[in-house]
Amino acid sequence: MINFNKFYKLFNIISFILMLSSILLLSVKGLNFGVDFKGGTLIELRTTDNNISVTTLRKSFNEMSLGDVNVKKFGKENDYLIKFEKKDIEPNTIEKIKVDLKNLIGDTFDFRRVENVGPKVSSELLKSGMIAIIVSLAAMLFYIWIRFEWQFSLGAILALFHDVIITLGFFSLFSLEINLSIVAAVLTIVGYSMNDTVVIFDRVRENLRKFSDIKIYELTNISINETLSRTIITSVTTLLALLSIYIFGGEILKGFSLAMILGVIFGTYSSIYIANPVLVRLRVSQKTIIKEDID
Amino acid sequence: MLYFSKFKIITVFLISVFFIIFASSNFLNTDNSLLSKKINLGLDLQGGSYLLLEIDNEPVEIKKLQNSTTSIRNFLKDKNINFTDLKLVEKSISFNVESKDAKNVEEFFLDKESEINPYFNQYKSHKFDLTVDGNNFLLKFSKYGLIEIKNSSQDQAIEIVRRRVDEVGTNEPNILKRGSDRILVELPGLDDPMRIKSLLGKTANLSFRLVTENANDNFGVEKLFFENDDGEALVSKRIILSGENLLDAQPNMNNQTNQTVVTFTLDRVGAKRFGKVTSTGIGKRLAIVLDGKIISAPVIQDAIVSGNGQITGNFTFQSATDLALLLRSGALPAPLKIIEERTVGPDLGQDSINAGVIALIIGFVLVIIFMFYKYKMFGLIANITLVLNLFFLVAILTIFEATLTLPGIAGIILTVGMAVDANVLIFERIKEELLKEKNNIIAFDSGYIKSKTAIIDANITTLISAIILFFMGSGPIKGFSITLAVGILTTLFSVYFISRLLTALYVIKNKEKENLI
Repeated sequence: MINFNKFYKLFNIISFILMLSSILLLSVKGLNFGVDFKGGTLIELRTTDNNISVTTLRKSFNEMSLGDVNVKKFGKENDYLIKFEKKDIEPNTIEKIKVDLKNLIGDTFDFRRVENVGPKVSSELLKSGMIAIIVSLAAMLFYIWIRFEWQFSLGAILALFHDVIITLGFFSLFSLEINLSIVAAVLTIVGYSMNDTVVIFDRVRENLRKFSDIKIYELTNISINETLSRTIITSVTTLLALLSIYIFGGEILKGFSLAMILGVIFGTYSSIYIANPVLVRLRVSQKTIIKEDID
Repeated sequence: MLYFSKFKIITVFLISVFFIIFASSNFLNTDNSLLSKKINLGLDLQGGSYLLLEIDNEPVEIKKLQNSTTSIRNFLKDKNINFTDLKLVEKSISFNVESKDAKNVEEFFLDKESEINPYFNQYKSHKFDLTVDGNNFLLKFSKYGLIEIKNSSQDQAIEIVRRRVDEVGTNEPNILKRGSDRILVELPGLDDPMRIKSLLGKTANLSFRLVTENANDNFGVEKLFFENDDGEALVSKRIILSGENLLDAQPNMNNQTNQTVVTFTLDRVGAKRFGKVTSTGIGKRLAIVLDGKIISAPVIQDAIVSGNGQITGNFTFQSATDLALLLRSGALPAPLKIIEERTVGPDLGQDSINAGVIALIIGFVLVIIFMFYKYKMFGLIANITLVLNLFFLVAILTIFEATLTLPGIAGIILTVGMAVDANVLIFERIKEELLKEKNNIIAFDSGYIKSKTAIIDANITTLISAIILFFMGSGPIKGFSITLAVGILTTLFSVYFISRLLTALYVIKNKEKENLI
């Protein structure tokens, strides 16, 4: 048996620091929103000319007066991602860019993907993305509230917030792009983190019924250990699947799978080190659940 | 618990076969209608263009207000009511009446049978909201009056958009209403939507009007620019012919000048009017105006009574073709603006499919190896369940002809990783039960029973996330939520029917075996 409970305090402090720095990062540095949420245009370009580099592309695009242009490599050699924020683009803007670029670097490229999101749509997408995350947190809160006692709900929700905030903090720290698929990842993380917490809580409650003489501090540790191999096996299989998406699934799914990988790791960790210490702090005992049962 | 009736076994077997057949139908090419169902590939996988158009209803609103002003004028005249100052003031109609008539006029506008201010029964609201201030009346479109306008312009616009897209002849376009003032156009397989975009960006309001030197023309005049150069001309506001009078329009070559032109055929009313104007107006210039710009303004040489004519201008064959297409499909009720565009080339789509399939296979193999390493015989059972689960998932997506997107493929891979969870929960529980219970069958039974609440809880939480994503997400993300949600359902089915059946058979055979798992 591993004594997880010995480290409750230590990891609580670490988590607290991580959360605080994430919140600080989010409020000071903010998130790097992609075209989905900021509006603007994205072009994925592939060229057959090996002499073309980020520098030549940047120079060419800067000559087209599109405002702030961001050019970077994207996955494979000769694949580039170009982003600019020019808000109102005409129906023929993309065509003009193609013609201009042909004149500047020759007819050696192909637009593989073009995304253009107007300011109205992007602010709507951002709003609905945030609503989706809030609604899912609320739905989880509701579910856990009808399934468990309030002490458990508090623990589970704290763990959820912890996972979501730290994952977003990580994205802020490394300026990784936030787009629609990241929102999908965050929602899935919410589901996964909850799932993981609930399995341990289920066991805690079962043990509370069984043993009236064991303190919650010990009891959570027993429950964590009893469910530990399940926790590990499920995390491993999920991570294997996600790593496979991250490595082989192509550039477009990279951000999504990275967010999910972080979420699964934090979700597993928080079930043990956030959700359970909350039960200890709130002095959950057999009475907590017996009282509910009588009600 | 361990006992499975023959009937149950056969049913489960048949269901599995049924699903496997449907899943396989994606890889078959038969004409059999039952097996011809296939999963749709999203635009991000097959390549194509997604355009979201917004209707700018402001001009329509103003035009409707202008029309209403005229009707109100006629209405009040009809009723012998003296009025003054009837005019448009910032999107509302204002007018004054004499004190003695005020009561009556208010009645006219608030009556449920009112002919001048229609009452919508379904909304329980009039078309206009009325504000009375002494003798001054102010009419403004009510919330529902505006909805009515938006709905009708959306209905008209979607019809025109459909005609234009159909004329270009793309592969199975998908054109749908979004909200009250948007239209979604999905064009599978189209990797360069340039032409469609420029076609949809034009309102295509065509009018034939005389060029005039006289600034005091009865109908009023306006200064318009030429489409091709900076020239401008004074044009009468009187519309001789509009696009509605056109029966047909085609690009053509003019034999004499070797110029590309657009020839058109007018309807009866149009032909009559055109004939009259051209016979009385020889020597005058006739401006052909499209969306507020003059395409050309040729001098009338002869009377044209046949109802056939041609539009000249600096056309290339392509631009003449496009103009003819626009004229044939008719004018949009209001300008459209492209507010979102997502285009994926077919080769990127194919790359995405390849990457997704490779990730799926590798993820799948890794999970299978890990499970077999962890649980041996039971791992094998979990793996068989997983394979079947994947068939079920694909089969259900096929039966409902769901759209598979790149995030959708990610959802399938994620399902592979998470689907084993239910089996793991059960196996771990059986292991625990075996520590205190010597009888394999009893341990097996209580393992299944005791793990049930955890499994249900765990899956419901993921399902909640998936459902919220389905309702809040758009396009590709919806695809992800669908595969995730269906994946959870097929997982529960395969775990409780297939996996349990197989483990039961195994445990019955190995009743006495020690270290069962």
